[in-house]
Amino acid sequence: MTVFTFDGTFDGLLTAIFDAYFRKQFPDMLLRSGDVLPMFCDDSHDVVTDEEKSVRVWRSLSRKLSSAAMSAVATSFLCEMRDYDTVLFRYLRKAVDSPVSIEGDFSDEDVIEVTRMVRRVRHEATRMAQFVRFQKAADGTYFGVAEPMYNVLPLAVKHFADRFSTMRFLLYDRRRHFGYYYDGEEARMVTLPDELYHIATGRLPEDMMDSDEKLYQDMWRTYFKAIAIKERINPRKQRQDMPVRFWKYLTEKN
Amino acid sequence: MTESTLSKLKILAESAKYDVSCSSSGTVRRGRKGDGIGNTVGGVGICHSFADDGRCISLLKVMLTNVCMYDCAYCINRRSNDIPRATLSVTEIVDITMEFYRRNYIEGLFLSSGVVRNPDYTMERLVKVAQDLRTVHRFNGYIHLKSIPGASQDLVRKAGLYADRMSVNIEIPNEKSLKHLAPEKDFKSVFDPMGYIRQGVLENKEDRRTMRHAPRFVPAGQSTQMIVGASPEHDRDILRLSSALYATPTMRRVYYSGYIHVNSYDTRLPALKQPPLVRENRLYQADWLMRFYQFKAEEIADDSHPDLELEIDPKLSWALRHPEQFPVDVNRADYEMILRIPGVGVKSATLIVNARRYRRLTSDHLKKIGVVMKRARYFITCGELPGQCVADVSPEYVRRQLTAIPGPCRTAPDSRQLTFDF
Ligand code: SF4
Repeated sequence: MTVFTFDGTFDGLLTAIFDAYFRKQFPDMLLRSGDVLPMFCDDSHDVVTDEEKSVRVWRSLSRKLSSAAMSAVATSFLCEMRDYDTVLFRYLRKAVDSPVSIEGDFSDEDVIEVTRMVRRVRHEATRMAQFVRFQKAADGTYFGVAEPMYNVLPLAVKHFADRFSTMRFLLYDRRRHFGYYYDGEEARMVTLPDELYHIATGRLPEDMMDSDEKLYQDMWRTYFKAIAIKERINPRKQRQDMPVRFWKYLTEKN
Repeated sequence: MTESTLSKLKILAESAKYDVSCSSSGTVRRGRKGDGIGNTVGGVGICHSFADDGRCISLLKVMLTNVCMYDCAYCINRRSNDIPRATLSVTEIVDITMEFYRRNYIEGLFLSSGVVRNPDYTMERLVKVAQDLRTVHRFNGYIHLKSIPGASQDLVRKAGLYADRMSVNIEIPNEKSLKHLAPEKDFKSVFDPMGYIRQGVLENKEDRRTMRHAPRFVPAGQSTQMIVGASPEHDRDILRLSSALYATPTMRRVYYSGYIHVNSYDTRLPALKQPPLVRENRLYQADWLMRFYQFKAEEIADDSHPDLELEIDPKLSWALRHPEQFPVDVNRADYEMILRIPGVGVKSATLIVNARRYRRLTSDHLKKIGVVMKRARYFITCGELPGQCVADVSPEYVRRQLTAIPGPCRTAPDSRQLTFDF
């Protein structure tokens, strides 16, 4: 069995494709640096990420796949699931080898798997757009915390920056320990100490809140209760459409 | 903003909650960098929360006032009811909308009102809210305005310049029943404003051909709502009306609202213990069949089957009444026919017609594509399955098989789920 190891970046994955064609050797499995090699590994190669190579691979892929499929490939990589690296590698290799675009071939397992993964990642990004709640801090910054299943904050922050272009906001991923601060112009990546009260709990302490913040939170909770029709109570549907893992940071559920 | 605003909001949300529509769908508008706030994402819109009844909360759905001079039998806000009444000022409603929006609680505002003084007076205040949001606060999110029955064309035209969507509720799907239950209303009071909105949209399209930057008029079109089970109409009548409405250029959504017996003292209304939720669900499924599956209203319910079956969904019901149409060859049939296979949704139908260009599809492929084989197997052939086709084994047999299977591919009659799993 042949194994390639790479640094876990998207550029690294594309470099792996480059190396494979250059060496005429194709891995059965892709691992990330630091992972333990499987027992039956008889050949391994360490991929050294090289932007020039990755750009070349990306460019040649763009001649094989539509731009929608290209963006799907990049998006699906945000799932950060280890087993998926190998799937995506196989998909890209098939795309390179095939004379016609493979993206519509839903009888191919890897095409189905990539399509499914893109859907899941986009769904998780949508859930950020749905369920992130901002609290207004005394200095006028809006603050929100999330723990997305996949690394979708980069997608979510684009949405919020477009929507709230005249606001300053901080959106933080507690699980991955980084966030974005948008200052009304552009979004910058930031890292804050995990033990800060508002990072740890997702809640601003009262002395950091804007003076109207509590009132609007109360209003929202009141509205949330008032809008339900008691003859139609349906907790199952509520949990299905708004999974419990999001409740922790929902103003209306706390 | 004070505590009193909060208690008014509570009263007015409770008064607004029986309107089912909450969607922020149908218009894509990017944010304007450095100018105000808001964008709209298009598609199906965004649900920000789900209330305890499982319904999506997308917009701040609220009435400007629940004081009303009319006396519609099915309405909680009718003048003869002794309930707490409240009125929010234009400023209050604008502030709540802006502040909720900034916190990502909502996609925008869905504003309606009881009728006070006269329809135009009421409509003017609704328009004022939308106007302030758009022009003073540069709000670029979603606005849905109810058109007050009887409001003048001028005001409807003005409203349409600020609103993404407008709606006029039919409520009762038959004019005689409507007049019986809501003596102050008739079909004219509903269809006239619908006509104003439609006309506004069409004229605006013309204007935009010559002036590309003319503001858009009600870009997300109009919607309406019918109450199900408050009057004796059959599903056939409801679906006929819906399909006639969908045939008009701007009608985007018809909502169905299972009647809730709020005014139990009024003997003109049936005494339902429970709102007819399964029937409501079946109507939504039928509505989907008309909008996305190319079914005609008469195919779903006609004079020999005036009501939808509660036990099975309308697509399966159609298939069982038409065994002669099956089996469908998934490798050959038109997209339209593939859509009609129970167990195949719009998504899988598209995947099938894409994938079969590469190779012949087998049942394994179909499974991976996401076809619900438990259902579909009675209705398809892909050149390898032994015949269990509905045409050979009888519709009754298939019905028994499919209604006996517990699990997610079946909506049990007592289920309160809204599912579109065909
Ligand atoms: S006009 Fe509207 S608010 Fe007034 S009673 Fe009739 S349905 Fe209710």
